[in-house]
Amino acid sequence: MNQPHEQKVPPRLALAHISKSFPGVKANDDVSLSVGRGEIHALLGENGAGKSTLVKILYGVQQADEGSIAWDGEIVSIPSPKAARQLGIGMVFQHFSLFDAMTVIENIALGLDEAVDRDVLKARVAAILDSYSLPLDPEREVHTLSVGERQRIEIVRCLLQKPKLLIMDEPTSVLTPQEVEKLFGTLRQIAAEGCAILYISHKLDEIKALCETATILRGGRVVASCDPRTETTRRMAELMIGAELRQLERAAGDRAGAARLAVAGLSLPGEPPFGTDLEGLSFEARAGEILGIAGVAGNGQSELLTALSGERLAERSEAILLDGKPVGQLGAGPRRALGLACVPEERNGHAAVPDFSLAENTVLTARHRLPLAPLGVISGRDVLRFTDAIIKRFDVRTTSPAAPAQSLSGGNLQKFIMGREIGQEPGVLVVCQPTWGVDAGAAAAIRQELVDLAAKGSAVVVISQDLDELLELSDRLCIINEGRLSPPRAVASYGIDEIGLMMGGIHGEAGPAAGAAHA
Amino acid sequence: MLEWRRRREPSSAMLWLSPVIAIALTMLLGMIVFTAMGYDGFHGVESIFLRPFLEPQRWADLGVKAAPLVMIALGLAIGFRANVWNIGAEGQYIMGAIAGTGVALATYEMTGWWILPAMALAGVLGGMAWAAIPALLRVRLQVSEILTSLMLTYVAVQVLYFLVRGPWKDPDGFNFPQTRMFTADQTLPAMMEGSLVHLGIPVALLIALVAWLVLERTTAGYAVKVVGLAPAAARHGGFSAGTVTWATLLASGGLAGLAGLFEAAGPFGQLTPQFPVGYGFTAIIVAFLGRLHPLGIVLGGIVLAATYVGGEIAQSTVRLPQAATGMFQALLLFMLLATDVLVKYRIVWKARAA
Repeated sequence: MNQPHEQKVPPRLALAHISKSFPGVKANDDVSLSVGRGEIHALLGENGAGKSTLVKILYGVQQADEGSIAWDGEIVSIPSPKAARQLGIGMVFQHFSLFDAMTVIENIALGLDEAVDRDVLKARVAAILDSYSLPLDPEREVHTLSVGERQRIEIVRCLLQKPKLLIMDEPTSVLTPQEVEKLFGTLRQIAAEGCAILYISHKLDEIKALCETATILRGGRVVASCDPRTETTRRMAELMIGAELRQLERAAGDRAGAARLAVAGLSLPGEPPFGTDLEGLSFEARAGEILGIAGVAGNGQSELLTALSGERLAERSEAILLDGKPVGQLGAGPRRALGLACVPEERNGHAAVPDFSLAENTVLTARHRLPLAPLGVISGRDVLRFTDAIIKRFDVRTTSPAAPAQSLSGGNLQKFIMGREIGQEPGVLVVCQPTWGVDAGAAAAIRQELVDLAAKGSAVVVISQDLDELLELSDRLCIINEGRLSPPRAVASYGIDEIGLMMGGIHGEAGPAAGAAHA
Repeated sequence: MLEWRRRREPSSAMLWLSPVIAIALTMLLGMIVFTAMGYDGFHGVESIFLRPFLEPQRWADLGVKAAPLVMIALGLAIGFRANVWNIGAEGQYIMGAIAGTGVALATYEMTGWWILPAMALAGVLGGMAWAAIPALLRVRLQVSEILTSLMLTYVAVQVLYFLVRGPWKDPDGFNFPQTRMFTADQTLPAMMEGSLVHLGIPVALLIALVAWLVLERTTAGYAVKVVGLAPAAARHGGFSAGTVTWATLLASGGLAGLAGLFEAAGPFGQLTPQFPVGYGFTAIIVAFLGRLHPLGIVLGGIVLAATYVGGEIAQSTVRLPQAATGMFQALLLFMLLATDVLVKYRIVWKARAA
């Protein structure tokens, strides 16, 4: 059982010639791959490459149009997730389905196919937590847990069913480096016991560290299959995006000038029920620099963004200074007019209106700095001209400025939104997750635009969970944890371990929650 | 077997076709229901939906009934676009009429061109004041405006009853519960000699035009739409949901109040307990039939006016009960909501998968 490459035994899972179409797009096109027992197999590809569709077919959420699935050598059909679980397939989704107001054990009980006696379940959960040495308190309520702990709930749910194949969908996107290490340990142990693991990601370093085989998807097809341990990350990235990667170009040296955005002692209670309180945040973003704010999701990033954008007002006007002017009590419109532009993380429904056309979405945030609506009457011609300019400059793939925002792919909409803000030449730009869900080519273009904007004398603040991105982009970096911000320091002065510890809440004076999370 | 399949984008053809389909289905179903009840269903439907348009002597009546419906529905539609659900236009309509009548009674002995505009202004303010209550409760205390505006309608009806039976009762009216008849200076001028057609009709059309321009071309109209479609994006763009709630409720209240005053100073010429005829509720159907679009609302107002005019014709031709009007209106709303699904979904015939 423990030998992954035994020849006579059929592979645990073999997909043959799987195809699946949706209106207007072929999500999977003749995909074949096989996963052996105890093998950790990476499924690598950009957003929209067809990874999710393939996994949904495997887990019984969707049905393939063509092709077959062989399980331990036998052709099977998987009509539902329940059927998948009965075969022995477990899946940990990128977005957890947990009830915040219930305890860990209650959430586990809810996810089971059959009713299990509470005490029996407790004993089985305790046994799993013990044998994989997973730190998790079954009696805690979920909203008090870190993202890593929540993920462990989902893993325990799967392990309870003694899976023969475990699917992990982008499991590390919201974890600290330490949590990632911990997760990898667990996964290696699971694999060593003979369970096959299908590991979906676009993070190449992780795949190199964890996986022994990688299948690379692009545009719904398998473009390559390789051993990631011997392949270079650059080569894999190029296979994944199908083009040469662009290097970020930036002038060397310290270019930072005067402070353009100064935040001093900004505190704001979180929005109920589970919002994070901001507690005494202070930082400066200077002309010509990119300031990175790292942190694990849910530690106050979205609260910080809405406090800066003016969607929520600060208690004191002086808490936020824009080019020396107090703006803490000004609304979103006046702040933008003074040169503070913000891009929130959520594209649909926050940064853009899905039902509106791109041209109408231009009006949403650009009307304060550009003469798009003199005297309250919208000038269709000027709006169209600016929208066209964004589409051209940022290579937004769309049929026309009249196309509804919801018809664009996530990456293209993000390019449009970034273009709308950068095109207004703001003095200060605050962006949350600028390249979230954007393909590597577009991400490189967006990062380049941020660098260029800073080079022109604006201050750029990037709030992100993607540490690689922050390390590449930022001049200075600070870390947000539980609504508190560490003082910014030059990126070069950090070790990666130190950043990870700070993201997990260890600042020298470790809080009690942080201690529990990383005991 | 038939299957609903979600469209990639909402169908713009269906957006305009679904009200037409709804009207056709209403006629068909109405025909079946009344035939089953032993009436001449075919001629009943013909009387209600076709006769008002085919007989030129009915057109004036059609216009008179459509004007208040259109005026009220325009205000409601602006609110509905912003997810502000004013269900109490009937109450604001009554309050507008009451406020305007107050001016009329106070100026009873006077003459002058200014009296009618003063009454109209009072009508607008009366409707606004009544709509301000739900606005305040919603913005300050997050109380649903659906409930408060609806409940205030019944309060308005009682205020009307109290006034016409008490302090405002016509001293020369043989103790009938009604106010004095308005004087010539207090009555809407007829547009054509000897007809019912009054100033309300061109005013309603003018307001539709203005509403259209405001919604499509101004930042105020943009604010209304964006608050309704994506509240978080509206906040991000610097629009205040509270301001929009206030503005849309005041606008819809003001327009309902103006419609009420026009009705009191036009067809009625006084206030009586029979004044509330449900235009404020019917206007909700008009707003949806017109797809919340000002020009569509003008058409929708004419269709619903036909159900009133045609309902009267059907009473004499095929002896349909008066309640038939209400039934057709309700059926129309029902069909409208049902056919709306066609905008986002299409029906496909699919052979059963193995």
